[in-house]
Amino acid sequence: MSQGTDASLTAPHTLSYTYKRSLGPLLGRFFTGLRDRQILGAKRADGSVLMPPKEYDPDTSAALDELVPVGPGGVVKSWAWVSAPRKQQPLDRAFAYALVQLDGADTAFLHVVDAGEESAMQTGMRVTARWSDEATGQITDLTFIPEA
Amino acid sequence: MRDVAVVGFSQSVSLRRERNRNEVEILIPVLQELREATGYTNEDLEFVCSGSSDYLAGQAFAFVAGLDAVGAWPPVCESHVEMDGAWALYEAWVKIQMGYADVALVYGFGKPSMGDLPITMALQLDPYTVMPLWPDAISVAALQARLCLDGGVMTDRQMAEAAVRDRAHAKSNPHAQVAGDFDVEGILSEPYLVSPLRKHDCSPISDGASAVLLASSNRAGDFSKRPAWIRGIEHICEPQDLGVRDLTRSRSTEIAAEKAGVGAGRIDVAELSAPFSHQEILVERGLGLGADTTVNPSGGALAGNPLMAVGLARIGEAAARITNGEAERAVAHATSGPCLQQNLVCVLEG
Amino acid sequence: MSDEATEDLRVLRMPVELDYTYSAGRSASRFLRAIQEGKLLGQRCPVDGKVYFPTRGACPQHGMPIDGEPVELPDTGTLVTYSIVRVPSANIPLELPYVAVQVLLDGADTVMMHVLGECDLETVHMGMRVRAKWKPKEEWSTSVANILYFVPLDEPDAAYDSYKEHI
Repeated sequence: MSQGTDASLTAPHTLSYTYKRSLGPLLGRFFTGLRDRQILGAKRADGSVLMPPKEYDPDTSAALDELVPVGPGGVVKSWAWVSAPRKQQPLDRAFAYALVQLDGADTAFLHVVDAGEESAMQTGMRVTARWSDEATGQITDLTFIPEA
Repeated sequence: MRDVAVVGFSQSVSLRRERNRNEVEILIPVLQELREATGYTNEDLEFVCSGSSDYLAGQAFAFVAGLDAVGAWPPVCESHVEMDGAWALYEAWVKIQMGYADVALVYGFGKPSMGDLPITMALQLDPYTVMPLWPDAISVAALQARLCLDGGVMTDRQMAEAAVRDRAHAKSNPHAQVAGDFDVEGILSEPYLVSPLRKHDCSPISDGASAVLLASSNRAGDFSKRPAWIRGIEHICEPQDLGVRDLTRSRSTEIAAEKAGVGAGRIDVAELSAPFSHQEILVERGLGLGADTTVNPSGGALAGNPLMAVGLARIGEAAARITNGEAERAVAHATSGPCLQQNLVCVLEG
Repeated sequence: MSDEATEDLRVLRMPVELDYTYSAGRSASRFLRAIQEGKLLGQRCPVDGKVYFPTRGACPQHGMPIDGEPVELPDTGTLVTYSIVRVPSANIPLELPYVAVQVLLDGADTVMMHVLGECDLETVHMGMRVRAKWKPKEEWSTSVANILYFVPLDEPDAAYDSYKEHI
C-alpha cells in the first residue's frame, strides 16, 4: 500500500477475468470463418444480412441459421478518431473506431480502421479487411484499412 | 394504481476523485441527510433497493457493503440492480404498487475514479464480437455523434449550446462538478477529445451517491409537506448492437415518454441524465419538450455524472423542484447502455 | 488437416484485465495504519455501544455513522468457531491441513477470521483462549497479514455464554 499525504491509503489492483465463452453453433461458424479468413453475416427472412451475425433476428426474434459471406470491402458509416490508444485497445498507434457496412451486409458493425492519420478518414470512404498473420478465430484477427 | 410519491431526496457533491472515502463512506452522509430531512427511521422502511456496479468497484458483490450505511440488522427486505439507481427506484415503485410496501428507500452510488471508466464501459458491449476490440465509452459515443452531425440531425454548435446551458445552470447547484460561464465560440475552437467530440461534449467522471425516499399515499404526508407524485414511469430498451438501431434518434425515449404520459400537460422542468451533449439533444427531442420547459436546472449529467447515482439524482432533482413549489409538473430521465440503449422516463406532479 | 482444424470453434478465450487503484477510505485506513504499529483498532457504535472490529465508517446494524475515537483492543480473544481445512486453494499459501478460526477479540462485539497455528488439531475446540502471533516487528506493514496466526493460550476456556451470540 502506498501512503501519501491523503487520509486514505491506496493500493493498485489488477482485476483479471479468465473468461472462456461458449460460442454455440452460429457464432462457432462465424469465428471459424474468421480463422479461415472469411467474414460471414446472418441472412434474415426478408433476405437482408445481419453483421455481426446473431442467433435471433433483433426485430422478429426468429431463429437465424443461414450464414453468407460478406465483405471483405465495405463503407464507413461513422468513425471516431482515437489519437491516444489505451493499452487494451487493438493498435498502439492512432486509429479509428468505425461503423463499417460490409459489401453484402445490411447493417454496420463496429470495428477498427488503421488509417494512419485522421485526415485519411471520411464518412462514406471504402475500407477493406486486413487479416492478421495468424488468424485464430477472433474478432481481432481483422483490421480494416482504406481501400487502395 | 396506487399513488406513490418521492418524499425525500439527498445527494453527495460530485467529485472527480473522492480521495478520502470509500463507497460506503460516500453513502453514509447522503443517507444521514435524507433521514434528517424526512425524519424516517429504519422501522419505517419496508423495502430497500440500490443501484451500483461491481465493475466500477472492481470487486464482486461490492453493493453488499453499501448496506452498512442503511443498517441491515434486524434483516431488511432488500434488493439491488446492477444499474443506475433510477431502475432501483422503478423496482421499489413496483413493490409499492403491488402492495408489499408503503415506504421504500432507494439509493445509488459509484466510485468510477478507481478504474479507467471509459475502458470499463467497454464491458457493456457484445462480449464476442465487439468488446475484444475495447471500444471506450467516448469513442462509442463519438460514433453516434458523427452520425448525427453527418446526417444533418444537429450541428456541433447546438451540442456546444447544450453544454453551455447545463454548466451555466449548474452554477446554482452546490453538488455540481463542472459549472460556470462558457461561451459557444470558445468551445467550438477547442481541439477534439475523440473527434467529433470535444471535452465539453462529455460528462465528467464523477464519484458520488444519491438517495430517494418513496412513499405511498398512506404514508407520504408523514415525510413531506408537498410530495412529488409519480404520475407515469416507464423504461424501454433497444437492441445491443449499434448497427441495428437508428442512432440519430432515441426511439426508446420516445416510447417511454408516450407511455409515461409526458405529453399530457405542460412540463415545467426536465432533468436529463444524457452523458454526452448530442445525446442530451436526442433525449430532449425524444421527450417532445417545448420552449416552455426548463431543461436541466441542476446542470444534468454534463455538470456531474456519478455513475449509478446520476439517473436517480435526476428524479430527485425534478421532485425537489415540485416539493419547493418551483414546478407543478416535471419529467426526469435516466439512461443505461451504449448510445442511449435503454431509457427511463418518470413524470412527477405536485 | 487435422480434425481439430476442420471442426468449428466451440469456445473462445476472452481474458479481461482491468486496472484499479483501490482506496481504503477513512476508517479502514485508520485501522491499517494502526496495525502497522501493532495496534488493533475497533470502533464503538454511538447507539448501543457495541464495538466493531475493525473500524468502519458506519454501524451496520443501525446504519449510523461512527465518527468517535477508536477503541484499542488487545491481541487476545476467544475462538468462537473453527473449521479444519484439508482442501487446497490457489490463494491460500498455508500447509494443509490448517485450522480456519473466528476469533472474538477481548472487548470486541464482532469476530475476525484468521487461522490457528502451533496447535494439535485434536485439541482445537470452541471457547479456547488465543493470542495473536505477530510477524517480526521490522516486517510490519499496513496489512492484517502482520498477524501470522493465532496460538492457544494456557488459560481456562471462556464460558459459552460469553461468546454464544457470536457463533
